[in-house]
Amino acid sequence: MDTRYTYYPGCSLHATGIAYDKSMRAVFKKLGSELSELEDWNCCGATAYMSVQKTVAFAVSARNLALAEKTGDDVVAPCSACYYALKHTREGMQGDPELRVQVEEALAAGGLEADLSVEVRHPLEVLLTDIGIPRLVEAQTHSLDQFRPACYYGCQIVRPFGAVDEDPELPMSMENLFTALGARPVDYPPKVRCCGGMLVATMPEVATELSTDLVDWAVAREANCIVTVCPLCQSNLDLINVTKGGNGVSHQLPVLYFTQLIGLAIGCTPEEVGMQHALIPPAAEAPPVRGEPLTIAGLREG
Amino acid sequence: MKTLDPLAGPIAPGVLSKTEQELRTAFLEEIDRIPGGGRLNQCIQCGTCTASCPVSHAMDITPRQVIAMFRAGAIEELLESRTIWLCASCYHCTLRCPAQIQVTDLIYALKRIAIEEGIFPKRFPVHVMSETFTKNVKRYGRNYEVGLLLRYFLRTKPLGLFAQRRAGYALWRHGRIKLRPDKIKNIEQLQKIIAKAETFDLPQEKVAREKVTAAVGYESIGR
Ligand code: SF4
Ligand code: SF4
Repeated sequence: MDTRYTYYPGCSLHATGIAYDKSMRAVFKKLGSELSELEDWNCCGATAYMSVQKTVAFAVSARNLALAEKTGDDVVAPCSACYYALKHTREGMQGDPELRVQVEEALAAGGLEADLSVEVRHPLEVLLTDIGIPRLVEAQTHSLDQFRPACYYGCQIVRPFGAVDEDPELPMSMENLFTALGARPVDYPPKVRCCGGMLVATMPEVATELSTDLVDWAVAREANCIVTVCPLCQSNLDLINVTKGGNGVSHQLPVLYFTQLIGLAIGCTPEEVGMQHALIPPAAEAPPVRGEPLTIAGLREG
Repeated sequence: MKTLDPLAGPIAPGVLSKTEQELRTAFLEEIDRIPGGGRLNQCIQCGTCTASCPVSHAMDITPRQVIAMFRAGAIEELLESRTIWLCASCYHCTLRCPAQIQVTDLIYALKRIAIEEGIFPKRFPVHVMSETFTKNVKRYGRNYEVGLLLRYFLRTKPLGLFAQRRAGYALWRHGRIKLRPDKIKNIEQLQKIIAKAETFDLPQEKVAREKVTAAVGYESIGR
């Protein structure tokens, strides 16, 4: 299959979310899909820009859409905030002719134009729809049966635009996916609650409270890792392991990206999926169902 | 108008202070540009937004009260509240509102007006984050996490930097901190786009306001 996508990493995946970047590339490569990074992409505008100026936020974001139209492939944005910002820009321009004219004029000042022909998609949805669970199971080389993930979706991929077509209050796509790959996801009621987002910098007390609560829930449900879809969720929850939550208890619970688990299941090495960047590496191993065992040492050392 | 005294809203029914009138105008213009923004008058004050909000316990004015206070003509208090800067934009209120009110986007509109008018809660410089962020993007085209946090803390609470040191060290040790900002190649192009777009964010004509005022049914206190 020669599916091609334009990859929009966003600022976080080049720094704190480096493991997400590595595992995305590794998984897509293994599955034979081409992921080519958007040439000279800029910041998506994210939540902070929206607070300051509206048209500018749309225009900044739209430059990426305009650049992506050169190849015409769907844009894949792994960070929930980028996914939301790009999607919001596309839909906002489509729904508001006045805004569209203004943004087009702004783009024209930079010699660009956007006809909004490319879709903005989240990798979870791409893997579930374009590849599909049956093909992932077919590609599986290692069992995930030692993993009991708490699947955490967070906010902006479920609402206001659901990336995957399902109940926004109770998404189940990751649970279904990981069950199919042999893992045993736990029931995790706060799966769509907010991790605190950027409040981690501006109002750390409040953000820590939210993140600690999410980790506590996972521990109470006897999960042995939390699986996230967003770099900000991942670092907020991962840092609870270091800074200790509001209750002073440090659970040492690994917080992974869903692409890292998929990667392990289809035979990418722990290094390839960036396991060395997790503050707490998972204690569970992925034994082979066919092929070679993974060098679990890499997994353990972190 | 510094207190949260409900009586500090309209001076008398249908009469607003000058600041309040100006802020109201700015807000109505802002919400005119939000799809469905005019639905504000459909709020039934059910409190679903507040109940769904993960940070409402830390807010001085809850999301439901935000709508109520706007209708009561107390935008100045809203702009001075911690609430608008506490909102993490998680969209839970918007998802669940039975009247399909775009609560999150309305809070964004309030943030924009607060920045434009320079009205902020005292000793609570969260807006600095947004402003530093936009400066970063103008300069580099990308957001540089380390630079963003450094500048933010130095401007607001240098001691906060010390409190964050363990987190910073852990991330650095695991190769997750970049020591140099990324700069896009065609930064001139982005700057031209931003400069042009900025011209559209200047205060709009009064005509738009008349339209919205009538549409949301606030004739009595709207002007
Ligand atoms: S949920 Fe909607 S209708 Fe209910 S109080 Fe909030 S904004 Fe008003
Ligand atoms: S979007 Fe803001 S106001 Fe609404 S529920 Fe989330 S944090 Fe609360």
